Amino acid sequence: MSSDPTPETPETTEDGSLLQKPVDRRGALGLLLGGVATGVAAASACSPLSAATPEERELKRLEWEEFTQKHYRRMTEAERAETIARLERLAKLRHNEEATIATTDAQPGVLFGYAFNISKCKGYRRCVEACINENNLDRRSDTQYIRIFEMENGVVDLSDADPTYQHEVPAEGHFYLGTQCFQCADPPCVPVCPVGATWQEPDGIVVVDYNWCVGCRACMAACPYWARRFNWDEPEVPAEEVNPNQHYLGNRDRHKGCVEKCTFCIHRTRQGRLPACVEACPTGARVFGNLLDPNSEIRWILAHKPVFRLKEELATEPRFWYFAD
Amino acid sequence: MHLRAFLISALRSVTTGERRYHLWMGTLTTIMLVGAYAYYTQVTQGFGVTGMNNHVSWGLYISNMAFLVGLAAAAVILVMPAYVLHDVDFSRAVLIAEGVAVSALVMCLAFVTANSPGLPFKWWRLTPVIGLLNWPSSMLAWDVIMLNGYLVFNLAIPLYILYNHFIGREPSKQSYVPFIYISVVWAVSIHLVTAFLFAGNPARPFWNSALLGPRFLASAFTAGPAFMILLLGFIQSQTRYPIPDVAIDKLATTTTVAAQVNLVMLLSELVTEFYTPTHHSDSARYLFFGLGEHHALVPWIRTGVALNILATTILMIHPLRHNRRWLMPACAILFIGIWVEKGIGLVIPGFIPSPLGEIVEYTPTWVELCLTAGIWALGLFVLTILVRVALPIELGEARSPHLTEREAAPIVRPRATRPKYPEIRPVRTR
Repeated sequence: MSSDPTPETPETTEDGSLLQKPVDRRGALGLLLGGVATGVAAASACSPLSAATPEERELKRLEWEEFTQKHYRRMTEAERAETIARLERLAKLRHNEEATIATTDAQPGVLFGYAFNISKCKGYRRCVEACINENNLDRRSDTQYIRIFEMENGVVDLSDADPTYQHEVPAEGHFYLGTQCFQCADPPCVPVCPVGATWQEPDGIVVVDYNWCVGCRACMAACPYWARRFNWDEPEVPAEEVNPNQHYLGNRDRHKGCVEKCTFCIHRTRQGRLPACVEACPTGARVFGNLLDPNSEIRWILAHKPVFRLKEELATEPRFWYFAD
Repeated sequence: MHLRAFLISALRSVTTGERRYHLWMGTLTTIMLVGAYAYYTQVTQGFGVTGMNNHVSWGLYISNMAFLVGLAAAAVILVMPAYVLHDVDFSRAVLIAEGVAVSALVMCLAFVTANSPGLPFKWWRLTPVIGLLNWPSSMLAWDVIMLNGYLVFNLAIPLYILYNHFIGREPSKQSYVPFIYISVVWAVSIHLVTAFLFAGNPARPFWNSALLGPRFLASAFTAGPAFMILLLGFIQSQTRYPIPDVAIDKLATTTTVAAQVNLVMLLSELVTEFYTPTHHSDSARYLFFGLGEHHALVPWIRTGVALNILATTILMIHPLRHNRRWLMPACAILFIGIWVEKGIGLVIPGFIPSPLGEIVEYTPTWVELCLTAGIWALGLFVLTILVRVALPIELGEARSPHLTEREAAPIVRPRATRPKYPEIRPVRTR
């Protein structure tokens, strides 16, 4: 356990609270792995962090409970509530975050769909930025769910496009096409998971139980749209930038070694709000809505605009369409 | 009583030996320790210390796993003739083949573990009831079942036979032959399932080919017997354990045929990819010729194919194949050639370019290289132990001390000198 960074001396306040000084994220995970590897008892015997304060003891206990927690879909209502309380407390202990984690279920009669206007997108990447902030994406590795491809006019081949452009936009003679998880109706990433840690919700969103994921990355190999991201290192988000409005299946804390992906901002959209990328787009190129609502804008677009989807021949039925004015 | 004696005798077999044996095991242990340090680094610091990334999300670990499943499956080349077709030439070598299968499976499971940050601590999630094994839809779940099942068969059957020999009993055919039949089917299945793990991904056109499964089998039945020839040749020259030359000859023929089939399949793939190249050929183009300034794998695959062609040519020439001085190097070349072709040339280019056409190359880091070396050392360590335990029992040197003299008679008559086989000529009739 020599990897455990030496904890800074806890600054105890008058009531003995540790909460002013968050435990460093890496240290916390080191503790978790150490605890698991050698058994909690052995860990506390040989670790320099051996439960000195009640908070550290609590952290260890919660991390053990987190490690042994059930699959999300197998939890009862009570177990869910308990899990959420634990995760919120862990966020506080680990990163001094005041997170509120929702477990809002899919609303009946809702099936989310997305449309992207390639005539309007100018490649500003404001959506990318909004997504990073909204979803607490890892700043260290610069994880991004959205990819904007700069395409030459007359070419619709992504392999000829430039997704890493660094110049003033819009560039002359080019158009822009954004990708993210398309929440396919028949997602190839779901059946390949050996532990069932990823599945499709009734409103069409494909989600991951980060705690259940074992990190084998079979889903990343299976996705034809390169929509999944892996936490190669311990993700880092500065405490002051954390979005506290979270969902268990969405933007809550991730840890190193689990897969994550775009969830159409599940914490927002299940409360009737738009995904952050849609709200952030300055050109109005992004349209989001309920496919089951005949009066929705997305339904109007599907009915009145020429639309196409990427790699339709793979028959995964993406719920993400492109259209032009 | 017998069991305790068996364990003590086995322990004695693996802990005593000449100096070079200890040197060998010491070297392997050192490499394993280096591997353990690399694994420790990976566990504590995260997979960021590997060369893998969001584009190339599987690397050296899964590559080696795919190759080694083939080595494990290839035991069937000896198991089937020895037990099912009652080919006496293989009756001694088959135990060694099962030892190779066990050590290959240990390596496979170690590579799967090395590749998944959740393992080994979250292994229980891969079990039914307490975990959630996504079977039958997940190919990886199939693979977990197949690998573990095959490991059990290949451990249990030889152990049962060896233990019976140790206590001076003839093992009862009824109790193990049914499992042999299952394990024969199982052997082919483990490798097909591993191929399907890749072939079942339409996202990766390079893998998404019906030829992948058969090609996996062809390359497995090339590299597997090649390794067995090297090992049996070594055992034949270093011990009194009677491996008949004809067993090695038969294996050499098998390897030669499989190597030819493998090359035919390679040709078939090359024609499909390059006669009318489409975007689906991009990975193959990257592999064999490079895309733009990206061509990290080109020297590897060209070397691999060249080695395969060279070794196959040597094996196809009868006088050379029957000459140990040519056969042994040819088998070594073939083994390395297949490893390059299947290990490096199959898994990694599947990710390059990415499904959205981006090209990000992959170079393994020291962590991956050391851990890979460590796992190979682990496999060889296990193999050495298994062979060390099996041979004295089969030679009658290790017997339960509680036996009468008659019971303790050796099962196998050790040979004094290299046995000579009369040249067999076809009988001509006029």
